[in-house]
Amino acid sequence: MFRTALRSSFTALRAPARVPAVALGSSPSLPFAVARRYISQEVRAKIQKAVESTPVVLFMKGTPEAPQCGFSRAAVQVLDIHGVPPEKLKTFDVLEDSELRQSIKEFSDWPTIPQLYVNGEFVGGCDILLNMHQSGELDQLLVKNGVILPEEAQKEEA
Amino acid sequence: MPISATDLENAIRAAIPVVHLEIEDTSNGCGENYEVFVVSPAFEGKNTLARHRFINEVLKDQIAQMHAFSQKTLTPKQYEAQLAQQTAS
Repeated sequence: MFRTALRSSFTALRAPARVPAVALGSSPSLPFAVARRYISQEVRAKIQKAVESTPVVLFMKGTPEAPQCGFSRAAVQVLDIHGVPPEKLKTFDVLEDSELRQSIKEFSDWPTIPQLYVNGEFVGGCDILLNMHQSGELDQLLVKNGVILPEEAQKEEA
Repeated sequence: MPISATDLENAIRAAIPVVHLEIEDTSNGCGENYEVFVVSPAFEGKNTLARHRFINEVLKDQIAQMHAFSQKTLTPKQYEAQLAQQTAS
């Protein structure tokens, strides 16, 4: 996977440079295509591994039990409402790790915390999460990614 | 130097056509927290993530200096629907 990403980044470099250098790397799964390279490849690889380690990964301020910011609290609550099982959720406290706090912003190309990943894909921050919660898209996304069961199945199980 | 609502407004208006714009300073005046609500035809056909990424990029320098930033992005059609719903309820 590492090699593929590397190769695609070289292809991207060779392509006619009509896109401005600051073009947003819209796909976090292709970290090497992101034009900004302030964080080291080592840190990048570490975060990539982290976001793929569990189906649902949340970068937040504080812990689910003691969130240190209203936005992070909201994110945790939304995941809880949707019944994301604890074994499928991993949270990282960026206040505990100042390097992570800076590098995650660059990794995701996203300026704020919290940040949610599902199956290695960046979903968004608090606003997006709340939006998707209200519209029902979050439920769909979690079901589609096998994080939670569809509502009917949940009822049967209960 | 604190960020002013005018800074944000100018940056947004310079980047995309805006139908409706609300900028709320939620910091009690210290310029650290903002909530931005943008309605623009430029969001047509883009999902929320792409819209937010776009606004994040437009306000990159300002957001870097803030403590908190929250945004809502709608197309004119969505905005009308929302207004209609509000009047109905």
